[in-house]
Amino acid sequence: MLSDALKREIESHIHEPEHRAAACTEALRIVQRERGWIDDESIRDIAEFLTMTPHELDGVATFFNLIHRRPVGRNVIRICSSVSCWVLGYDKLRDALQKKLEIKPGQTTADQRFTLIPNQCLGCCDHGPALMVNGDLHRDVDPDRLDDVLNRYA
Amino acid sequence: MAIIYIDGKPLETQDGQNLLEACIELGLNVPYFCWHPALGSVGACRQCAVKQYRDENDKQGRLVMSCMTLVTDGMRISVDESESKDFRANIIDWMMTNHPHDCPVCDEGGECHLQDMTLMTGHNYRTYRFKKKTYVNQNLGPFINHEMNRCIQCYRCVRYYKDYAGGHDLDAFASHNHVYFGRHEDGVLESEFSGNLVEVCPTGVFTDKTLKEHFTRRWDYTTAPSVCVHCALGCNITPGERYGKLRRIRNRYNRSVNGYFLCDRGRYGYEFVNSDKRPKAPLKRQMIDGKPVHVPMTRDEALSEIGKFFSNGSKAIGIGSPRASLEANFALRALVGAENFYLGLSKADGKLLSAVLEIVLSGPARQPSLGELKDHDAVLILGEDMTNVAPIAALNIRQSVNNQPRANAKAMGIPEWNDLPVRRAMDTDRGPLFIASVAPTRLDDVATQTFHATPDGIASLGFAIANFIDPQSPAANVSGEVRALAQQIATALQSAQKPLVVSGPSCRSEAVIQAAANIAWALCRKAKPAGIYFAAPESNSVGLGLFGGANIENAAEALRKGGADTLVVLENDLYRRVPAALVDELLSLAKHVLVVDHQYSATAQKAEYVLPGATFAEGDGTLVNNIGRAQRMMQVFNPEGEITESWRWLRRLRAASGKGREDEWISFDSFLHALVAEIPAFSHILDAAPTAAFRVGGLKIPRQSHRYSGRTAMKANVAVSETGVTADPDSPMSFSMEGFSMMTPAALMSSFWTPGWNSAQSITRFQEEVNGPLEGGDPGVRLIEPQPDSAVPYFDAVETNESHDAAWTALPLYHIYGSEELSASSPAVAELSPKPYAMLHSDDARARGLLDGDAVTVKIDGQEISTSLKTNDTMARGVVCLPAGLEDAPYIEFPAAAEILRSVTS
Ligand code: SF4
Ligand code: SF4
Ligand code: FES
Repeated sequence: MLSDALKREIESHIHEPEHRAAACTEALRIVQRERGWIDDESIRDIAEFLTMTPHELDGVATFFNLIHRRPVGRNVIRICSSVSCWVLGYDKLRDALQKKLEIKPGQTTADQRFTLIPNQCLGCCDHGPALMVNGDLHRDVDPDRLDDVLNRYA
Repeated sequence: MAIIYIDGKPLETQDGQNLLEACIELGLNVPYFCWHPALGSVGACRQCAVKQYRDENDKQGRLVMSCMTLVTDGMRISVDESESKDFRANIIDWMMTNHPHDCPVCDEGGECHLQDMTLMTGHNYRTYRFKKKTYVNQNLGPFINHEMNRCIQCYRCVRYYKDYAGGHDLDAFASHNHVYFGRHEDGVLESEFSGNLVEVCPTGVFTDKTLKEHFTRRWDYTTAPSVCVHCALGCNITPGERYGKLRRIRNRYNRSVNGYFLCDRGRYGYEFVNSDKRPKAPLKRQMIDGKPVHVPMTRDEALSEIGKFFSNGSKAIGIGSPRASLEANFALRALVGAENFYLGLSKADGKLLSAVLEIVLSGPARQPSLGELKDHDAVLILGEDMTNVAPIAALNIRQSVNNQPRANAKAMGIPEWNDLPVRRAMDTDRGPLFIASVAPTRLDDVATQTFHATPDGIASLGFAIANFIDPQSPAANVSGEVRALAQQIATALQSAQKPLVVSGPSCRSEAVIQAAANIAWALCRKAKPAGIYFAAPESNSVGLGLFGGANIENAAEALRKGGADTLVVLENDLYRRVPAALVDELLSLAKHVLVVDHQYSATAQKAEYVLPGATFAEGDGTLVNNIGRAQRMMQVFNPEGEITESWRWLRRLRAASGKGREDEWISFDSFLHALVAEIPAFSHILDAAPTAAFRVGGLKIPRQSHRYSGRTAMKANVAVSETGVTADPDSPMSFSMEGFSMMTPAALMSSFWTPGWNSAQSITRFQEEVNGPLEGGDPGVRLIEPQPDSAVPYFDAVETNESHDAAWTALPLYHIYGSEELSASSPAVAELSPKPYAMLHSDDARARGLLDGDAVTVKIDGQEISTSLKTNDTMARGVVCLPAGLEDAPYIEFPAAAEILRSVTS
């Protein structure tokens, strides 16, 4: 069920009544902000609200890797896996993260603190390797000093 | 016309085409995936790259996607140039990185466009050496098997399913190298046209699930051109047989009929042919241990015993059938005499059919072909749920709503084939489609306006529309709201280039049919080339109607009068057509009852004698579709036991009785000539297909491919020597691999194959132009043409009688799966047929204290039907809708007065 507040907020992104579906990416973003991820029920509810079918909406939801279709931890780490970061030490950084968190990309730590997701390009090729935790971008990350970054997130 | 230079050669092409279409028409091998003749171009797969040069001095050139390049006069391209060749081979290489290369276990293998294109590009060795992606497949219901690993991301499936067929439950998921085509979750695909995915998908992602149960490779079938028998549209099909079983149905292209597509009832309804309940030998009822049992007898026993009933001086009554061929009906008529031949329809059905025939035979409006439905630009449907009654007509009407918006795109200079920008330009615009019906229909999602009312209400709307168009046409007494709608519809039809009025018998109302005629005629008289299109109930309803004759009730009267000892029922389960009590009476009045049918129907089960008839796949015959197009079905394979065409059984009886000569009508052609001589209305059916004497280069046309395997061994369990080839005196086709398989006239084409083109896509090699007729013309002949100057008077408007007495009017709702007799016994179709229900308007239900899901009893004509209640917010008031024709449901003569009571639960 979408709360009235959520519906109102989504509604504010609908500009043409015959194109309700055009607000679907906004709707997914809004609902994810509230719920952390988009479960099947959210897909069905948003789809109904926007006069789409769940199939159509899920096509959009699964397209974007910023939309989570599985539960994530309290903090989401996106590690840049594009070619510049790879040249600048992505492999080492990824391995260090995996070792520290004891998870693989796509997984969440047992204490639900972190989810690790690879991300194609964070837009700072001149400062790789880079990663982003929630909304914060971390550049020139030193794999040996990962704690400096991670300790900031409970 | 444009001259273009391909590899230096000047060649003629058509203006406005894209380069890929031009190359296809020129017979060049340019590989492609995402382009489809019905779907246009999107440039998604990059497979169709060719080199284009600025002028003759340009030696460098540049790669272009041929499907996205407009043909222009003087343009220079190369298909053979090495860079473009390498590019095409590379594209396949990349596409195949995740492909499992599992052709040997893939149902598509041998008729796979991906195999063909891979060979064509010369990509022979895999270079990718890493792990492949694997996907989880989905259960998509009884029709379609899903194997996502084989996907090459061409997007044809979703473009067909969503954009063309109007589905909303198949989509593309995720992105980059893990795009997934399927549903949001497992479940039955909702579209009635999902089976076409099997032919649209160029690889083995979507394959025929029913075929999986008895799989056969493409080259191992015996096939012949045939016609779908599961509704009146007569879509052209290619059935495939092996080891005596019908294994699948594939589409057979005919631009004037079904084009590239079939509905799922037509594709998956075939398994009734393989039913082991069918009679395979003549049967005679005997009492064994006090119970009536059918015991087999030999052909000779049957003929000598039954033949006597028809000898001179004795009188027999014959009841024909709208699901039997013209030939079968004619043979029955010849056996019992025209005066004793009855149509096999109830009085009510007969009346509706005659109403339609009268209109199309005498009126000025032309009936478009099924294929032409796509070309109309404003459509009004009166009283039909086309998707459930005439499915492919619904699919084509769905395309018609794009015509007006497409014209806008064209005016913006976007070529018609350029699918994405055309769709962007069309956006949510749709051309006019108005649907007046009793309950919601499956085309409502693209309708401009829907109107739900009783049949009388629908008819009145119709009469009001006609009156707006031509004041000479009688006015109807309607409310202001209906008047406004009528005016809106009249204006839309009048301002269209090619308006179309669609109707049919589903409302059980002559007035609805006549209102449709008035509208179309009014348009014609105002100089609009309006089309009229009527749905018909069964595969040969119109053919039967053209014979003319009385109905089942009249047959009962004749029997009651006495004088006739024998009743012959041809391919007809009377219990589906008239009340059971009447059938029981009919069967008891006659001393001898003979049923000739391929089904062991309720009627057959009560007969004294049953003769095993052939299904469409086992015999030759002619069917006349809803608009009067006569089409020939050729026998696909030789059936088991004594099964043979009904017409042949009846001919044999005629000879056995002494009425006909032993050597008369032995061949199909001689029989056809007798038919035509007797009933001139059918004279053109001779042109539906070449005669049996036809040869190409002195040879017959083979039903089997030159790669047909195992012929010497396939019957080794019976006898080690190779069995001989059965002769076919009835058609120019042979039951073997031998013969001449090229230059075949379209009416005899069942297998579209040419070297390098093994898949369904090979069809473009047999069309005169892309989306054009088959070479030499599409098979089939129209028996009914309009009378342009007809002065036939308008029909009088109905007096609407909106008195609400206590009784409900019960009306039928037809279901694509379940309402048609033959397909309903095929397991995949049966799985999707609805549970019995009674449907009321929610407010009507509430007023009686009833809720959705309640157990109710519907009382009609003294019958009590216990069922479950469904409610609907928009359907007509005062009406209760019941599903039509479901197996085991009692016969109801609609419209009927009904009472609805809450069931007493014990
Ligand atoms: S499933 Fe078939 S039609 Fe759909 S994208 Fe993949 S290959 Fe193309
Ligand atoms: S629309 Fe009718 S004729 Fe065509 S495939 Fe379906 S059932 Fe058969
Ligand atoms: S066919 Fe031209 S890009 Fe796919």
